[in-house]
Amino acid sequence: MLQIRIHGRGGQGVVTAAEMLSIAAFEQGRFAQAFPSFGSERTGAPVVAFCRIDDKPIRLREPILAPDVLIVQDPTLLHQVDVFQGLEPDGYVLINSKRSFAELGLADISARFREERLLCVPATEIALRHLGRPMPNAVLLGGFAALSGLVTLEAVAKAIRVKFKGKVAEANVAAATEAHDAVAAMLAAVPQTAGA
Amino acid sequence: MLKQTEGSHAVAEAVALCRPDVICAYPISPQTHIVEGLGEMVKSGDLAPCEFLNVESEFAAMSVAIGSSATGARTYTATASQGLLFMAEAVYNASGLGLPIVMTVANRAIGAPINIWNDHSDSMSQRDCGWLQLFAETNQEALDLHIQAFKLAEELSMPVMVCMDGFILTHAYEQVDIPDQADVDAFLPPYAPRQVLDPAEPVSIGAMVGPEAFMEVRYLAHAKQLSALDRIPEIAAEFEARFGRKSGGLVRGYRTEDAETIVVALGSVIGTIKDVVDAMRDEGVRIGVLGLQSFRPFPLAAVRAALEGAKRVVVLEKSFCVGLGGVVSTDVRLALSGLRLDGYTVVAGLGGRAIPKASLRRIFGEAIAGTLSPLSFLDLDFGIVQRQLAREAATRRSGPIAENLLRDVGAIAARVS
Repeated sequence: MLQIRIHGRGGQGVVTAAEMLSIAAFEQGRFAQAFPSFGSERTGAPVVAFCRIDDKPIRLREPILAPDVLIVQDPTLLHQVDVFQGLEPDGYVLINSKRSFAELGLADISARFREERLLCVPATEIALRHLGRPMPNAVLLGGFAALSGLVTLEAVAKAIRVKFKGKVAEANVAAATEAHDAVAAMLAAVPQTAGA
Repeated sequence: MLKQTEGSHAVAEAVALCRPDVICAYPISPQTHIVEGLGEMVKSGDLAPCEFLNVESEFAAMSVAIGSSATGARTYTATASQGLLFMAEAVYNASGLGLPIVMTVANRAIGAPINIWNDHSDSMSQRDCGWLQLFAETNQEALDLHIQAFKLAEELSMPVMVCMDGFILTHAYEQVDIPDQADVDAFLPPYAPRQVLDPAEPVSIGAMVGPEAFMEVRYLAHAKQLSALDRIPEIAAEFEARFGRKSGGLVRGYRTEDAETIVVALGSVIGTIKDVVDAMRDEGVRIGVLGLQSFRPFPLAAVRAALEGAKRVVVLEKSFCVGLGGVVSTDVRLALSGLRLDGYTVVAGLGGRAIPKASLRRIFGEAIAGTLSPLSFLDLDFGIVQRQLAREAATRRSGPIAENLLRDVGAIAARVS
């Protein structure tokens, strides 16, 4: 079972991101479960959402304590929430930022985990270009598809079109595609180390 | 049709497939998405003919439901938590009058302290009100139970609550199979009421009944619930024959056949318990879980039959009777009258406290080792309790409990769960 935890702030579409990821997995014939952390969600407050993906029906209802994947929609959370809590040693991390892990002060994280699985992508900037709004959620899913290969960009696009309609859907698909290609280019530029 | 969707939306689609004539509701988390979904279907014309009534309170919601059901309309509403308490008087009237309303309860804690998260305190507070109470383990089961609930309610002329865990199910996206309209139509015949308010054929409904017949009216409600003990499994079997999956029924055991230890639970936590059961079975522990799908009527005979071969029973419940202990466990013990087995009550998940596999495993291990107290509280922080008790011992004006405890717990924003 693959467990994904998404951190962000109220208003950034954190819960919608987890829901879209579950739809993308469903589109690929897998079982998926997405759920929010059920806080009293307010604009700007830290929000967590979860997604599980498996090849059999998912019965487990506990929050995700040991994620295989972390998506951080807002880098200012790094100073407020222990987002890396419980992350599996070979886990993936995708952070919405123009800066690198080192520039974000996360050198110790780079040392503790598999560096080739830790990436930053400027999702807010990409979203602003395509949507005119700083909504990083769908954008990061495109990046995640490229980083992990665990869902396809096509499935992510399909999920976006389930949750959004018309121009908003197409702008999100374009933004997710740009993030996907940007991450793919970053991965191609870095020599891949052998599995840990 | 297979679909990845939110639990609330799946339930809204199921209710729409049942062709309700009247839907009335007042918004309260975590139920709101269900009636929002239905409201959209009525507005768009996808659900027609159907009248959707926005009311000014939960009391009004149930009162409207009583009125519309009395005219022979298939009637649906949904609520949770304080909303259920606010409609309580009318809830008793609906069952006392024998009106087959179906209501979703998106289970949520009751304040104070105010808390929007999941436990079973709300529907348990109405366990004696005469309504049938069915509990869903998954969103698929929640969807299926609504279709079964209309059939059961209308056959018996008694109202049915379908209880589903708030947020954990209502707000979870998972795969559900949404039935075809033709199959639902074949399964659920049009409503043929036993009593109708009709100007062409005037009757009165709701007479005052004195000592001469009040007990008999109450007993008839009990008799109907007892007959539901037969009809619930039959309806689940009919449902399985038509739709090809097991949903509902009275109780459902998982790896209980040769189990020495059986956990009894309601709702979505059964899924997590199944994962724990599998892990413990892999280590050679003979453990299983019995899910209660019907809480009212309480299936005494089925529970006894499922548990009588075990050495010990752990009732894990998201409800708490202050001053006594378990709510569900009291009923389970009645089912076990005269049997010699160890019984444990574990109160868990109150106010949305997470119920992790690791904690369940630890507590089941303690039950097997014989070290568990008869009543325990999963992951209760005794340190915080002791601090407050010490504060109250030290000073008369110790202040409001909830605020004190929040200060003791400290900033929770940094916590992931």
